Amino acid sequence: MAKIKGTIVIDRERCKGCGVCIASCPCDVLSLSSEVNSKGYPVAQMANPDACIGCASCAVICPDSVITVYRQKIN
Amino acid sequence: MAEVEIKKENLVYAKPRLMLDNIIHYCPGCSHGTVHKLVAEVIDELGLAEKAVGISPVGCSVFAYNYIDIDWVEAAHGRALAIASAMKRLMPDKMIFTYQGDGDLSAIGTAESIHAAARGENVVTIYINNAIYGMTGGQMAPTTLLGMKTATTPYGRDPRLNGYPYKIAEMMAHLDGATYITRQSVHTPANVRKCKNAIKKAFQRSMEGKGFSFVEVVSTCNSGWKMTPVAANKWLEENMLPFYPLGDIKEVK
Amino acid sequence: MEEKEVRLMKGNEVIAYAAIRYGCDGYFGYPITPQSEVMETLMELKPWETTGMVVLQAESEISSINMVYGGAAAGKRVMTSSSSPGISLMSEGLSYIAGAELPCLIINCQRGGPGLGTIQPSQGDYFQACKGGGHGDYHLIVLAPNSVQEMHDHVAVAFDLAFKYRNPAMILADGVIGQMMEKVVLSPQRPRLTDKEVRERYGSWAAIGKPASRERNIVTSLELQSEKMEIKNKDLQAKYKAMEQEVMYEEIECDDAEYVIVAFGSSARICSATVEMARQEGLKVGLLRPITLYPFPSKPLAALAERGVKGFLSAELNAGQMVEDVRLAVNGKAPVEHYGRQGGMIFNPDEVLAALKEKFIHKN
Repeated sequence: MAKIKGTIVIDRERCKGCGVCIASCPCDVLSLSSEVNSKGYPVAQMANPDACIGCASCAVICPDSVITVYRQKIN
Repeated sequence: MAEVEIKKENLVYAKPRLMLDNIIHYCPGCSHGTVHKLVAEVIDELGLAEKAVGISPVGCSVFAYNYIDIDWVEAAHGRALAIASAMKRLMPDKMIFTYQGDGDLSAIGTAESIHAAARGENVVTIYINNAIYGMTGGQMAPTTLLGMKTATTPYGRDPRLNGYPYKIAEMMAHLDGATYITRQSVHTPANVRKCKNAIKKAFQRSMEGKGFSFVEVVSTCNSGWKMTPVAANKWLEENMLPFYPLGDIKEVK
Repeated sequence: MEEKEVRLMKGNEVIAYAAIRYGCDGYFGYPITPQSEVMETLMELKPWETTGMVVLQAESEISSINMVYGGAAAGKRVMTSSSSPGISLMSEGLSYIAGAELPCLIINCQRGGPGLGTIQPSQGDYFQACKGGGHGDYHLIVLAPNSVQEMHDHVAVAFDLAFKYRNPAMILADGVIGQMMEKVVLSPQRPRLTDKEVRERYGSWAAIGKPASRERNIVTSLELQSEKMEIKNKDLQAKYKAMEQEVMYEEIECDDAEYVIVAFGSSARICSATVEMARQEGLKVGLLRPITLYPFPSKPLAALAERGVKGFLSAELNAGQMVEDVRLAVNGKAPVEHYGRQGGMIFNPDEVLAALKEKFIHKN
């Protein structure tokens, strides 16, 4: 059966780890990384990528425009 | 199961074209970044990139001109709508908007703001209300809620000492020249999408010559409020929205 | 040959005519005595129906000057007019306009102060006009007309200089010049400039909407990096230095003068009669009238001192302001004294002559 699946690309160097995307994800896909970027921020990451439906909620709310979203129908 | 391919046909959402690559100076989780993005998207979607001139305020968003790739004028504290009024009258075919915070617009700039609205200037104001002065270090704003702690109300805002907060959007709604007044927020993805529609409507109305449009965005200042960005969004919902309810306040068709 | 258009007009009225005919794009103002006729005349003339000039009555002088800031940021030829207390309110905006290096015209039809003071004429705003007024190291270009004709002519001169240097220019008149009626020759109507013409003449700095072909234009006075802000300040100072070539002044009977009166605007009119009276008495008195107050005609004053002038009398309708610049110019080579009236009082030619005799001739 075909299924809509999504994925995101995070610009790690621009992410400030505010976590607003994590709270906004309806599928609990995201978490904060344990490693930090060069500015010292932990960054958003896909902890549960299989659950992503590409709804873009995370990207829409991201104040720093660091998330790019892709979606595809997968058979 | 197969992976989603990272390619153009599958692209759902990317940084708006008009957002520049400059690192945004706002604190992590600040609402400003989200609203900037909406303004950039709307200008692009309406094909106004070559017609838009933004007026940035004094306050945290003084540097708005570093982020959106259009012409900008940086105003003295509170005076953005006087500047916008003249620019629109001198260039009626251009899209002139101001981007102002609550200290800028509803404290020091009250006169300039109210009178631009009363004259029915065909400009748009995006009004970021986070109930605090962010840039100067979290002092009381006219919009600070009763009981709210700030650097100048360390024991909470007491009306006997500090007066009451006020709602300038509702005040403006009484003015004949102000024809579209709405209050939005960006604390959830659904609210972000609604806010974008409101900004788009405001810009469209301005280009149609329908008078003054005002989009208030109830926002967070998690640094000033001294909480995490996620906690600030929750606090906004529980404390700000009962006093600053969301939705259209006035729309003259 | 085209016939000259000669009219009898008030100084304030002529400002409105001169602005329209120069091709001014916008006027933004707030009523205040003794200059309200400027906006009243513009509203009567309805230039928006002819040249397309915008005229708007603002809710305050703070708003007017920021409207001027906005218009100037769009590369338009914009102006305001007011009188002393209103100019105080505009001082914030003037500092921003100077800091953002925008051209515009401000007219100050001075009245007596401090505070609400009086609505009668004064020259008490010399310091405010020439030494800043607002915050930070900046200068306005300041012109001082002494007749209705100069009120008219200075509109074009001030706009030209403002655009040449991208700097606010002020016409520092007073209640006398604004309210009196005189014969004036009006200039012919000039067309307003298009955005393209502004760009070709003055460069592309205006915020008018960004075409894909250029970087965005940002009009601002803000620079948080001290190193860069100091450079910006030095650039401004270099610009003010370059403006010195624009000095304008008038010398009356100065060639053989033993005593020189220095006076501007309405005072200079009065003092020209003083010179006549003095000469009839056989006293060698001359008058140096600065037409630009900033830049100040320091060099001709220094040259007169060098030649051996025995004394300079700075005659002003204030408690002694320009006299400081005269002293700096003369630099100790001759005594410099001040004579003035204040609070809306105006001196007569004979009063000035009596002061000159008392301070210099009968002194010994």
